[in-house]
Amino acid sequence: MKKLLEKHPLAIRWFHWINFPVLLVMMWSGLLIYWANDVYRIGWGDTTLLKFFPKSFYEALHVPFQLAKGMAWHFVAMWLFVLNGIAYVLYTLISGEWRYLVPGRHALREAWQVVLHDLGIRKAPLPARKYNAAQQIAYSAVVLMGVGSALTGFAIYKPTELAGLTTLLGGYEWARAEHFILTLGYVLFFVVHVAQVIRAGWNNFRSMIAGFELVDTSASSSKTTRP
Amino acid sequence: MTSPDRPTPATDEAVDQEATRRSRRAFLTAGLASLAALGGWRWLVTRPQDDGALWPLRRVLDVNGKISKEFLSNADLAPVFPRNRAKEPRFNGRIGLKSPLDPATWQLQVQGLGPNGPTPVRTFSLADIQALPRVEMTTELKCIEGWSVVVNWAGARLSDFVTRYQLASAADLAPYVHLLTPDRKYYVGLDMQSALHPQTLLCYEMNGQPLTPEHGAPLRLVTPLKYGIKYIKRIGSIAFTRQRPSDYWAERGYDWYSGH
Repeated sequence: MKKLLEKHPLAIRWFHWINFPVLLVMMWSGLLIYWANDVYRIGWGDTTLLKFFPKSFYEALHVPFQLAKGMAWHFVAMWLFVLNGIAYVLYTLISGEWRYLVPGRHALREAWQVVLHDLGIRKAPLPARKYNAAQQIAYSAVVLMGVGSALTGFAIYKPTELAGLTTLLGGYEWARAEHFILTLGYVLFFVVHVAQVIRAGWNNFRSMIAGFELVDTSASSSKTTRP
Repeated sequence: MTSPDRPTPATDEAVDQEATRRSRRAFLTAGLASLAALGGWRWLVTRPQDDGALWPLRRVLDVNGKISKEFLSNADLAPVFPRNRAKEPRFNGRIGLKSPLDPATWQLQVQGLGPNGPTPVRTFSLADIQALPRVEMTTELKCIEGWSVVVNWAGARLSDFVTRYQLASAADLAPYVHLLTPDRKYYVGLDMQSALHPQTLLCYEMNGQPLTPEHGAPLRLVTPLKYGIKYIKRIGSIAFTRQRPSDYWAERGYDWYSGH
């Protein structure tokens, strides 16, 4: 027998989809800013494994010589990012949705099993609940990363007025590096997130737009709901 | 098992229909919202520019500056560092420094502002500035490009200069300061509050040495409340104004306030 299962509240769907283009604008404008002093790399001594970023990457995205434009967009869109983030966190706290999101005591062990399962190594089914532990960790982490981006961002935006915050984060240069690393984190999150959404299929994707999932209760298989 | 306050389970077809109906409505809303967002974006990027920035963005940047100024007080001091961390900053800005400088004939021209408007231009020598209390500080210079360097500076507080020579008796009469190079090719606007901050210096020494020509000899501005673009080198004239003065980089798309 089929039935509709309510999954994502309307407010959370709005916060999610507003955040997507806003974060995109933040990352694009951030890249325009970063280009003007692109000092980060992965490597040691004179050896560079990966430079952030290669010239071809900048040219493909039309990044060079747009610092002023990047700053203008960044310091406008930041308000949308922060306000939407605050609204999301408040809603999650007040509505009780945080209960699905915050990892439990055995989250790490379960998350490992989820990873093994997703890699096709472990065959046992995943727990049938809204978010498994891997999701809980990923989604909670990305919220904390958002907080981190706002804090490191304000630390480099107002390093005199917020000197205490900047110092706490290790000083101006460290705060800038942390701000950058968090952004790399979003890219990583995005890649895994989109891959998992594609894997999970239409029913799951639709729930982030329409709010519900269509489940067949007569089927014995416990279809997991992802992500 | 059916609880009394729940409707009896619907048939599969009814559930499918409900799913289709809700999906259609949700995707329609999503489509309209996406179109609205796209329309908003199109509108925004086709707005005329105001000093090199789309005017709605410029408007928000100015509001950001106002918010920042509200929170700024003289008690907010930029962090200071041990003297031995000071390094030679990169030589980055040549605008306004291209003509040869004759230190012997250099003088600072200052247009004050009194209750009855601009006061007659007065001229000062470097010795006049050096006669004011000498302030030394080691602060972090932050370039708008994103790099930073700790530098040791020495000079006179701009606020001491203003008070000593009564250049703008009531601060609210002159809310702005305009600083220009002798050739007037580089110019910087400051809000009075930042200008009178105790860490805003008319600087004549860097890392224990008199300023070199490329670092702004004989006199430059230093203020860790702002990005390096406001640290104007080779100051030729200063004016206290009622109108927000022009600023070289703010005319090229950057934030006028550019405050920290």
